[in-house]
Amino acid sequence: MQLQQLADGLRARNFSSRELTEAVFSTIEQKEPVIGAYITLTRDLAMRQADRVDELLSAGLALPPLAGIPGALKDNIATSGIPTTNASKMLADFVPPYDAFVWRILKQQEMVLTGKANMDEFAMGHSTESSAFHLTRNPYDTTRVPGGSSGGSAATVASGEACFALGTDTGGSVRQPATLCGIVGMRPTYGLISRRGVTSFSSSLDQVGPMTRSVRDNALLLDALAFFDRKDAQSVARRTDSFVADIEQPFGQPVIGWPQAYFESDDLLDDVKHQLEKARDFFELIGARIVPIDLEMLDACMAAYYILSSAEGYSNMNRYDGIHYGHRSDHAETLEEIYTLSRSEGLGAEVKRRILLGCFALSSDNFDAFYMKAAKVRTMVVREFEEVFRTCDAILTPVTATPAWHLGTHPEELGGNKYSNDRFTLPPSLTGMPALAVPAGLTDAGLPVGMQLIGPRFSEGTLYRLAAAYEDAHGLLPLPGEVKA
Amino acid sequence: MSITDYESVIGLEVHVELNTTHKAFCECSTTFGAPPNSQVCPVCLAMPGALPVLNREVVDFAIKAGIATHCTIEPVSRFDRKNYFYPDLPKAYQTTQNDFPICTNGYVDVASVDGIRRIRISQIHMEEDAGKLMHHSEGTEIDCNRCGVPLLEIVSEPDARSAEEAVAYLRKLRAIVRYTGISDGKMNEGSLRCDVNLSVRKKGKEAYGTRVEIKNINSFNFVARAIESEFKRQVELLESGGTIVQETRRFDEKTGQTYSMRSKEDAADYRYFPDPDLVPVRVTKEEVEAIRKTIPRMADERKASYMATYNLTPYEAERLTEDKEMSDFFEDAVAHTSFPKTLVNLILADISPLFTEDTVEYPVNPVSLGALSDLLGEDEINSNTGRRILKSLLENDFDPKAYVVEHQLAQINDRSALEPIVQAAVAANERAVKDYLGGKEAALRAVIGFVMKETQGRANPLLVEEMIHEAIV
Repeated sequence: MQLQQLADGLRARNFSSRELTEAVFSTIEQKEPVIGAYITLTRDLAMRQADRVDELLSAGLALPPLAGIPGALKDNIATSGIPTTNASKMLADFVPPYDAFVWRILKQQEMVLTGKANMDEFAMGHSTESSAFHLTRNPYDTTRVPGGSSGGSAATVASGEACFALGTDTGGSVRQPATLCGIVGMRPTYGLISRRGVTSFSSSLDQVGPMTRSVRDNALLLDALAFFDRKDAQSVARRTDSFVADIEQPFGQPVIGWPQAYFESDDLLDDVKHQLEKARDFFELIGARIVPIDLEMLDACMAAYYILSSAEGYSNMNRYDGIHYGHRSDHAETLEEIYTLSRSEGLGAEVKRRILLGCFALSSDNFDAFYMKAAKVRTMVVREFEEVFRTCDAILTPVTATPAWHLGTHPEELGGNKYSNDRFTLPPSLTGMPALAVPAGLTDAGLPVGMQLIGPRFSEGTLYRLAAAYEDAHGLLPLPGEVKA
Repeated sequence: MSITDYESVIGLEVHVELNTTHKAFCECSTTFGAPPNSQVCPVCLAMPGALPVLNREVVDFAIKAGIATHCTIEPVSRFDRKNYFYPDLPKAYQTTQNDFPICTNGYVDVASVDGIRRIRISQIHMEEDAGKLMHHSEGTEIDCNRCGVPLLEIVSEPDARSAEEAVAYLRKLRAIVRYTGISDGKMNEGSLRCDVNLSVRKKGKEAYGTRVEIKNINSFNFVARAIESEFKRQVELLESGGTIVQETRRFDEKTGQTYSMRSKEDAADYRYFPDPDLVPVRVTKEEVEAIRKTIPRMADERKASYMATYNLTPYEAERLTEDKEMSDFFEDAVAHTSFPKTLVNLILADISPLFTEDTVEYPVNPVSLGALSDLLGEDEINSNTGRRILKSLLENDFDPKAYVVEHQLAQINDRSALEPIVQAAVAANERAVKDYLGGKEAALRAVIGFVMKETQGRANPLLVEEMIHEAIV
């Protein structure tokens, strides 16, 4: 059931929030041993929240749409009194004394929290395999990855272990797992959702994103999240009263850019390519104008992204030093050892790799050749996209080159490399422009394939409208069948 | 060659702790001396996801400092991260302005043996303080109360040529931060800290020598001693055929010498880059002009105006304006007297020692001191009485004019009233009169003292002396 139907059902007293929440937890009990989507479950809190909503509803109070609906938060979103581990040994025991802005406002809107979702450690990764705790499996094929870094969040929604989830997206960490798990994931305009209380990986790229089964669910969740926060210096005010209402605006004759070069690379799976071409033809059929566009900077984007995100990540990770909180080595005797041993023990290989890369790119000998050059590339990419959006309303691209791959796949086996598989999601991250990942269909093997719609800043309404038209015509993806144990 | 053939070339980096109500990037209080870790929050403790937001008051204070030092206020400046590990730095980076500081290209004029020396200021930038480590036998404790307290770093060009000029520059900066109200400027509490960059060269040469940095000196006196000893060390090293190594040194207050801390090769790579959590700092011309209007007149301007208006000597005017509170006090008091010179004498002799770094309120009511100056200036009371009244005024305030009437303290200037007392004094002090007439000038004091005693100190002493003279000669 979609969020609006759940909201209506609760108000019509067809079922209570308690019943809904218990149903979700029974799905969790059934599937979680295989899926492994959560790090922490908050069943007691959820039941208390559900009972409260039931009381308020029976008292006849008008509540926001999300009231009483169980959802999950990625475990890098601070929840006061509830562990927020970032899937890292470093913060395995960390319980923040404060709430992230998004959790605070969703709490005010009376959402029910199921728990904290698994992720790649500190949101660095593509498959949730860098979690320090356990694997998460793709609900469509449990031998495959759910994607990452918000893999746990995506899996909760795809498996019915939550009715919606929040992820975070730095280079594609909402869109890529959403696609691999067959759900909808939005990376909104940079600043549209406050980052306060969300563990920083790369501050200039990090964004919270809604993850849902349907496009309308996603717009409804974004409506609940997009508020100006004066305590996030990068926060921006929304330009629309309602993303849900934006969907119902006339479709008109939007111009959709088709970046030829994106579809010509060898590693793009034919299945994916065909799904995208079908989507393109559909949009043309219902009145959109498709124009071929040149986007030259895709490879440069990848280099720039990894330099900038690792540079910022290096600096943001240094606070985990074993001094003030977090893991401190039992073997440290000197200050130097507190630093080196605590970090060696507390941080995983992928995080260390990024720290070293960032440390290298920022060192005074390399700064100009790496960091500065990457910053210039970023500016050029912004110009390139702004130029395209003079004539286009949106751009249609793949999200990933392939559907979900098998757990434990060695990077080289992915074709290209581990990092290039999700290169398509990087340009919106670098430009701060919104990008929506929507299921396009299933491969012959039954694995979800997604499309990405990119628009200029604050164009979320347009992207939702296009995606909803596609979804209305094609229906939601079939739910994953019985989980293969 | 001798040491007199060399000159020192000195640049100073001065850290000023700002007395904003809140920290630079969070809403914690900045009060000095609170219990350890009582003024902290997720932001200044660098907890995961905590975000900084610039406190605009810091920008206003930086602009004030910039205006007072004749700087250009940059319309756009930016914060960078200076990355390094240290237990007093929870974020593992200091937020500072490395590439684009808020104020550039200013100067401060200071008095020197050659007249006026202009010390150019290359930049003023905003940054944040770190916490404090407390080492003891069981280990080390960290107090994070000062983490994130805003600082200005004022960087001078290498324009000072002696310890005296360097200290004069520091005194001037201290006066500026106190006049503008952006800091209390207390060196002993660390709200004014100084790093000295010093090189030496032969007089008349243009090229600079190799520079040595002396870190964190916390009094004017130590700054002067550190400069003198480092100057001597460098000259002696050069004279004995050695070469100066670019390095960081510390000043030992006990020995009065500088000691090497680390050489340039050991210098850390801070991996500066723009802080992505913060947006560029934008300042409009209108904002600068609005802030300019709030800045009180500075010492130089007041000094000139005092000399012209009240006919004060340069020395008197300089002393009065060294401290803003004292200068304000003078201005409040002078409005209530017709005898500014008398007032100035009172202030410089008796009141100025009471204005210290810690003075928060006037030691005496300026209106009352103005009235007292009138009483003295009009010869209503003599200076002894004046001093006694002042002493009482320091304890509690009253109207000196009413007090004089009530306690009959008015000076007796009436010859006829004094005549019988003078006669009695001469008669009672035959011996002293004889000694005086025999050439012992000092002997007359006993006779005057008799009159003063008889009149409870109210007789005009000059008149008494004159009348005694008339009576015995």
